[in-house]
Formats: sequence, C-alpha cells, structure tokens
Amino acid sequence: MAEIVHPSPAPFDSAQGRLAHQFDNLEQQKEASTLGMWVFLTTEVLFFGGLFVTYCIYRLWYPAAFAAGSREMLIWAGATNTAVLITSSLTMALAVHAAQTGNRRLLMSFLIVTMLLGCVFLGIKAFEYHTEFAEHHVPGAAFEFQPQALRQNAQLFFSLYFVMTGLHALHMIIGLGLMSFMLWWAWNGTITKEYYNPIEVSGLYWHFVDIVWIFLFPLLYLIGRHV
Amino acid sequence: MSEHIVPTRTYYTIFAILMLCTGLTVAIAFVNLGAMNIVAALTIAAFKATIVVLFFMHVKYSTRLTWAVVVGSLFWLGILLALTLGDYLTRGWIT
Amino acid sequence: MRTLVLPPHHYLNDGYGIKSWLLTRDHKRIALLYLAAITFFFFLGGSFAVLIRLELVTPPGDLVSDETYNKLFTMHGVIMVFFFLIPSIPSTLGNFLVPLMIGAKDLAFPKLNLASWYIYVLGGLFTIYALVSGGVDTGWTFYTPYSTVSSTTSVIPAAMGIFITGFSSILTGLNFIVTIHRMRAPGMTWFRMPLFLWSIYATSLIMVLGTPVLAITMLLVAAERVLHFGFFDPALGGDPVLFQHLFWFYSHPAVYIMVLPSMGVVSEIVAAFCRKQIFGYKFVAFASMAIAVLGFLVWGHHLYVAGESVYAAMIFSALSFMVAIPSAVKVFNWTATMYKGSISWKTPMLYAMGFIGLFTIGGLTGLFIAAVGFDVHVTDTYFIIAHFHYIMVGGALMGYLGGLHYWWPKISGRLYPEPLAKLSAGIIFLGFNLTFFPQFILGYLGMPRRYHAYPPEFQVLNVLSSAGASILGVGYLIPMAYLMWSLRYGQIAGANPWGASGLEWTTTSPPPTENFVRTPIVTEEPYTYPIRAEAHLG
Repeated sequence: MAEIVHPSPAPFDSAQGRLAHQFDNLEQQKEASTLGMWVFLTTEVLFFGGLFVTYCIYRLWYPAAFAAGSREMLIWAGATNTAVLITSSLTMALAVHAAQTGNRRLLMSFLIVTMLLGCVFLGIKAFEYHTEFAEHHVPGAAFEFQPQALRQNAQLFFSLYFVMTGLHALHMIIGLGLMSFMLWWAWNGTITKEYYNPIEVSGLYWHFVDIVWIFLFPLLYLIGRHV
Repeated sequence: MSEHIVPTRTYYTIFAILMLCTGLTVAIAFVNLGAMNIVAALTIAAFKATIVVLFFMHVKYSTRLTWAVVVGSLFWLGILLALTLGDYLTRGWIT
Repeated sequence: MRTLVLPPHHYLNDGYGIKSWLLTRDHKRIALLYLAAITFFFFLGGSFAVLIRLELVTPPGDLVSDETYNKLFTMHGVIMVFFFLIPSIPSTLGNFLVPLMIGAKDLAFPKLNLASWYIYVLGGLFTIYALVSGGVDTGWTFYTPYSTVSSTTSVIPAAMGIFITGFSSILTGLNFIVTIHRMRAPGMTWFRMPLFLWSIYATSLIMVLGTPVLAITMLLVAAERVLHFGFFDPALGGDPVLFQHLFWFYSHPAVYIMVLPSMGVVSEIVAAFCRKQIFGYKFVAFASMAIAVLGFLVWGHHLYVAGESVYAAMIFSALSFMVAIPSAVKVFNWTATMYKGSISWKTPMLYAMGFIGLFTIGGLTGLFIAAVGFDVHVTDTYFIIAHFHYIMVGGALMGYLGGLHYWWPKISGRLYPEPLAKLSAGIIFLGFNLTFFPQFILGYLGMPRRYHAYPPEFQVLNVLSSAGASILGVGYLIPMAYLMWSLRYGQIAGANPWGASGLEWTTTSPPPTENFVRTPIVTEEPYTYPIRAEAHLG
C-alpha cells in the first residue's frame, strides 16, 4: 500500500509548505480561505443586524428620547474615534500591500500602527464609558436623566448604546488578538509574497469592524444635533 | 481577486474621501434638514461603507462570488428590517 | 460468489485510542463524534416526551406539578430542536458524505470542523447544567417578558447553551458552503452534484444567514435578565413582539434546516432504490434553493395572534402559501421517479416512503394554518403540535433514519440486519401515526398545548396518543441495538452493496482516511443507471 508523504511545513520554507492536505494547490487554498472569511462576515452582518433592527424600532417609537440621549454623547470622542478607525483601515490595507510585495518590515510596521490605533479607539471608548458612568447614564437602578418625562425611553437608548458599542468593542479586542497573531507570523517569516492571504483575510475582518462603527457613529451620536 | 495588487495611491485617495465624508456628516448633523437629516447621515455612511468594501476589502477586484456574498448579506439584513418594519409601520392603520 | 472482506486500511483503524478520536481532523470521524452526541441528546429529549405522554394519559395534572410540566415540555423542545434536529443530518451524514460526494479529501476547514463539534458539546453542557440546576419553564420559544423578567428558572444557562451551539451550526454551514464552492472534483459541475449536496448547500445558506440573528436574540435575553435593559419588557418601554420577530426570523428557517437535508436523503434513496434518474433533477435542485430563500420570508405566521398588524399577517400568510410550492414540486418529482422504476423495497426505501407520505400530511396542514382565519382557532392547540411533529418526526427524523440505514454500509463496512430493520421501520410508522394523528383531532376540538390537565372528553384521544408514543419509543430503541450489533457481527458490505450511483460508492466501505486513492474525475450526470461494472471497486 502506497504511503502518503506530506512535506512537513517549516516556517522559513517556501510557500508550498503552507499547503494544507485537503487542498490541491495554493490557489484553491487561498480562494477557500477568502470565501470562508466573507461567509463569516455575512454572519456578522446578521449578528449586528439584529441590534440595528432593534435600534430602528425603538428610534421610531421614541424619537424625542433618542434625540435627547444622543445629544448627551460626546460627539468629539465619537468623531475622533471614527477618524481613528478609518486611519487604521488605511494602515491595514497598506499592511496587506506590504505583504503582497514581500516587504516584511513595512508589513510589521503597518500591523503595529493598526493595532496602536485600535488601542487608541478602545482608550477613547473607555473614557466615554467612564464619563457616562459618572453622569449616571448607565442603565440600571442608578440611571438618571433629564427631563424626567423622557427618562424611561432614554434608558432604552442608553441600553442600546452600551450593547451596540460594547459588542463592537469586543470585536475590536478580538481583532487586536488576531492582529497580534498576524504580527507574530509576519515576524517569524511565515508570511511571504506567495503566502500573504492570512493578512488579507484578517484585513477583511478589521475593515468590517470599521464599517460597523461607520454606521454606529451617526446613529448614536448625531441624532437631534440640529435642534 | 487573483494577484491584483491595488496601488497605495488608491488607498490614500479613499482614505481622504472617508475623512472628508466624516467631517461632512458631522457638519450636516448641525444643520436643520428635518426628516432629511437621518437620510443624509445614512447615505453618507452607506457611501463610506461602500468604498471601504470596494477598495480596502478589494471587492472591486474580486470574483463575482465574493460580490454575491456581500450583496446577499445586505439583502438578507434588508429582509429582516423590511418585514419587521412592515409590521410596526402598519400597526396603527386599523382604528 | 466472492467472499467480501473489509479493506485493510480505512478511517476507523487509522489510529487507535481516545486522542486519535478527540483530536481527529478527519471529517468521517468527526461525523461519528457528532453521531454519538446527537444520539445521546435524542434519547434525553425523548425521555421528557415519555414523561409528558405519561402525564397526559389522565385528565387531571396528577403526575407532576404545573411548574414541572412547564419544564418538561421546555426541555423536550430545546433539546430536540437545538441539540438533535438542527445538527442531525448536516453534522452526521453531511460531515461524512460532503467530501466523498464531491470527490474531495476532506472539508475546506477540517480543524474548524472539529472545533464545531467541541462548541456543540460545550453548548450541550450548558444546557445540561440548566437541566440539573432545576430546568427551564419558558417553553423552547423563550417568549418575553416571562423569560427575561418573571421566570425563576435557569434561563440564562439554557440561553447561553443555545447561543454557543448556534456557532457550531454556523461554522458547519460555513465549512459546507466553502467546500461545495471550491473543492468539487474535476468535472463535477453544479448540475452534476447529487441532490443531497444541493439540499446540504441550501441548508448551509440558512444556517449561515439565520443563526446569527438567533444568537444576538439569545444574548439579549440573557443580558436583559441580568441587566434589565427593557428591550423586550413593556414595563420599561420595550416590545415583547420584537423578541418574537427576532426569534422567529431564525426559528422558522430553522425548520427548513431540519427538513431540507432529509429531503436530500430521500432524493438519494428514491434514485437508488428505483434505479432511475430523479425526475426533474434541476427542478428538485432549484426547489431546495427556493425553500431556503422563501423560508426566510414567512416568520410572521408565528405572530398572527401575538399583536402584529393584520396587514403584516396577510403578507406573511400569502408568502407562507408560496413556500409550500417547492416542497410540493419535490413530492411530485419523487413520485414521478418511482413510475416505471425498478423498485426495491429495502429499509431505506421504506423510510423514504414514510417521509413522503407523512411530510405531505404535515405540509398540507401547514397550509391550513398559514391561513390566518383558520390559525386563530387552532394556534396554541394540539393541531400545531401535530403539524410540526408530522414534519419533524414523520419527515425529518424518518429521512435521518433512512439515510443512516442507506449509508450505514459505507460508514461501518457492515450491513444491518434487513428483516429486523424493516420491522422497526414498520413499528416506527405505526407508533408515529398513533401518537400524532389523534393530536390533529384534539387540537381541532380545542385542547390547548402546554397544558397537563384537560377536560375528560379528550381522554380517549390522549390515551391513543400515549399508547402510540410507547410503541414509537420501542421502535427507536430497536435500531440502536441492531446497528451497534452490526458493527461487530454484521455482514461485510463491500464498496457498493446497493448498486447505487454516486462517488461515495466508488471507494471502499469503510473509506480510507483520504477518501479516494486517486482524485476522481466526473464525466457524467448523477443517477445514471445501470452502473458500469468498472465503477465498482468490490
């Protein structure tokens, strides 16, 4: 009976060493992993989507309370965070470019900058949460809001705010973990010009998290500002 | 999506457009357009998301299958939103 | 007649010991890990059904308390839906057969496949914890605000168990979608794929698109219970109907996750045991896709009396009528396949026939209740229970058992004992109808669901139903016994004991770990009979 010999994958070997046994060639592997990440992002669209639908219904029902709640948001923190995330998407795209052109140093630099920007985002978010806690805008027994008439429905607004931004922040943290892993692979030579797809699909995830924020920002921070 | 490498110049251009749009959406928020404020905000957000998807996420250079997955996911979210809203918006119709 | 022997090297003897199973990447072994787990949950969920039917033998609620009865039907539903029916065919037969049927060595992401199993087990452990810490009494539907505010039972562990297991479902679906798109053997175009793959693909689309919405909903239920957000609590400005919209957006398509794979199995069985191309192959393939898509548009038919607007109800009603059409197309096409076929009445064919008949009854009653005017009378009665059990048990479960028997020789290398298997199929069919047909009548007469006490005039029908349940239970135990027995003592099957067409039958029984010694090249449509001699490996 013929023995099937698989070449053992070595970090500094050519890209062939990264071919998993179930695939026929690297091209098929790359297409499969890219499609896999896109299908996963589809599930994320529907996952966040449930929250966006909930937001939509309650904003329809309680426009005044939502506007009042939104005006309490720190618009400059939100806008800065939007800029931070957009910049991090730029650096992520540049990281993929560096990987595609085989530039290991540049790849690592852009990954690090992307991660730093992610940390800045989380830092600003933490500051916002701290402020909201101090102002008694965290839903629960200690929740306070003026005017009193809007209090109950404004609490619904803040509940949505914390759940949506909290879930988003959790995805950011997971993204940072993913990027750490990519940084390690970039450092130890696993990522090459021929085998750069892990960076590409990590980038897809990162951009998705950015897109969620692109929608969260106007929906949470910019209601009723014109009043 | 093969081996097409997007030039960095494209990325910087898209970045600039995204930052401009962010500034625009903040500025418009303070102008009283009534019911159109939400429309403006969501239009700008959708535009931003589209260019991130097309350029940063390489969908412009990707297979039709990738494009179908993106459109499909948004369409399905649309089903959830549309039919749920269909209930909420018509509840008051019978008096 | 040549004596058949097992192949010397196959996936079952490729490595021994618990590590070789718990750390396997082989889709076939993972399928068996799932088989063991879902069988456990099937009998656990079934034990609650036994207690329910025992209670319902007499009109007063005298076997268990109200609270306990609430827990019984809740746990029965949660376990059967999320831990048996949803994973059943996809995770066992799907995992085993998808790579074999498309001529691949494994799924696209084998490690993710193993992770899916561990995630499923973790979700199961959370649910078992919910069970032993007192159970849940909200109904498997977790309607708010009872589940988020008033219930004092283990709602959060159960909700978390479902949340976690949902990811197993999502990842399995993701794996199948990528595999089917990217790893088909040379020459296997979409329309050369067997219909089982079409139905698995359609099922995977539903898993990927619907389950995330359930996930966020369960998360919100748990969060609301702890943090009192008020999204679903009218006392805090929320809407309980919003929960129902979000819950049923998944849970209706979920029933198609449960039945579509069974339909795929029926296509395979009917083709093999009529030795004929499936009539209208393309129509059946497209019908699977249509069921998946249309299935997402009808969830509001669960909310007719919940407070949704009558206009929304009308739209959902019309769409619900439409979703019956592709299912009907399939039933007609299976029937047309049998016409002038060379029919062999082996056990798998008996289960397939059972499916067609019982699914038709379940589906037709589905049309009755899609009509708003009828549904307002029978909603929350035993009519609904009978309807969905005809689909889930008479349909999905029969398809599962048929598939298990049909592919058992491929999975184990052995044949099950045919006479005993036929007897069990008959017992199951008889037991099933005796259990659930009376429930249509009970529901029509007005007996509500989820009540353990009922007016004395309903007793005869309830006794018939419980008697049927005991027969059904016996019917399920017998295959357990002889399938296990066959692993050791069953007749050796050979590569293709049924003489069926399909790539899975061109490799040995059991298959080698890498599935095919040489990557197959596909040159013809599926279901071409007669099978040419050289296609057999023997």
